[in-house]
Amino acid sequence: MITITEEQALVDVLGSQMYVGILFVPEVKVGDYVLLHAGQAMTVVDETYANESIKEWREIIRESDGPVL
Amino acid sequence: MRAMDLFSDTDLTLQSLQAVIRVAEQFKEKYKRAPVFMEVCGSHTMAFARSGIKKRLNDHVELISGPGCPVCVTDQKSIDAMITLGESPNRILCTFGDMMRVPGSRHSLMTAKAAGNDIRVVYSPLDSVKIAEENPDKEIIFLGIGFETTIPILTLAIREAEKKGIMNYSVWMTTKLVEPAIRALLDAGEVKLDGFLLPGHVSVVMGEEKYGFLPKEYGMSGVISGFEPVQLLSGMYKLMALLLEGKPGIINDYQSVVTKKGNRFAQEMMDRYLTPFGEEWRGMGVIPDSGLVLRDRFSLYDAKKKFQISMDQPRKTKCRCGEIIRGLIKPEECVLFNKGCTPLNPIGPCMVSTEGTCSAHYQYMRED
Ligand code: SF4
Repeated sequence: MITITEEQALVDVLGSQMYVGILFVPEVKVGDYVLLHAGQAMTVVDETYANESIKEWREIIRESDGPVL
Repeated sequence: MRAMDLFSDTDLTLQSLQAVIRVAEQFKEKYKRAPVFMEVCGSHTMAFARSGIKKRLNDHVELISGPGCPVCVTDQKSIDAMITLGESPNRILCTFGDMMRVPGSRHSLMTAKAAGNDIRVVYSPLDSVKIAEENPDKEIIFLGIGFETTIPILTLAIREAEKKGIMNYSVWMTTKLVEPAIRALLDAGEVKLDGFLLPGHVSVVMGEEKYGFLPKEYGMSGVISGFEPVQLLSGMYKLMALLLEGKPGIINDYQSVVTKKGNRFAQEMMDRYLTPFGEEWRGMGVIPDSGLVLRDRFSLYDAKKKFQISMDQPRKTKCRCGEIIRGLIKPEECVLFNKGCTPLNPIGPCMVSTEGTCSAHYQYMRED
């Protein structure tokens, strides 16, 4: 998310910039990551949770032992 | 490395695979058979096939694709009506790209376009409103196909047309809802399942609590999952852990974007513009309240009311998409798969759509 107006925001998608609708995510701030669908931001990505879930998942994997492959 | 990149990291994917295989073997030991899961969403179907996970887990977990590809679940009569709708002068038919090559009883939208009809692929329904604004002497119709992820965006298009006082714009609504489809599958009892991998993007809109009916009314478990390889595997692992515990429940394994109650703003828009309707599904018949149509006060934007189109019964083919979306057969069981039916010459929508099960199997799981 780069700049924000009332109903639209300029976002960076893999290096190219485009305008997307933000009516469903009024809480969005510059610097946030959003999930896009058909030109609309559908939700703000909670990066803290993404980090935690990776940590938790690594823990689960570590606890199960011995290779099966 | 950012967490979002780690979800597709090769090492972590391989370690995750091992963990899933281990827990699947525990399941097998306990129940003397492999677990059977349905992924409800077409994007999951593609992600499982493309990542190679489905093939790699073949001996450990049975993964069945469900009714989650919007184009595939649209009944043939409806597809024929949409193609006919585009075959008229003074109209511009706008659609998502997936629809263009879907076979109708006579031909596809692609053929209709080649014959000179004005049929345009747009990225967003809002683009079609702009086209209406720029072409006041034509009727612009958007083909509104989709599940709960897309439906709120259709309402934004109506809102935009309303705001700008555009009268030459309408949406042909054939929307579908996930909950009634899951209920219909479980009530029919044709497919035997241990649990569901629940759609990530639909859940962004509808929220985790939407699936409470699964454990409560059906004693079924489900995990809401993301689409990257590590997310798919973590979702499967947690689903099996729930089953081994023997306590049906719902786990939200995609909390970075899915909340308990979903997106309130999107839900409010759906409620303001739309009302439940008994939609007809391919191979499943009419399911009560399984779709949403425009409320009467928005009839002006309702293409089905504006352009009355009556279609004959569609021509019967050997296509078995109806059974595929109910999870009853695999694409390889259809005699036409990779013979009469290929992505270049598709006989049914499941071979065309980027979310179709036949297309996923053709592209990533063929043995030859
Ligand atoms: S392989 Fe083709 S004909 Fe057979 S079910 Fe799939 S789409 Fe239909």
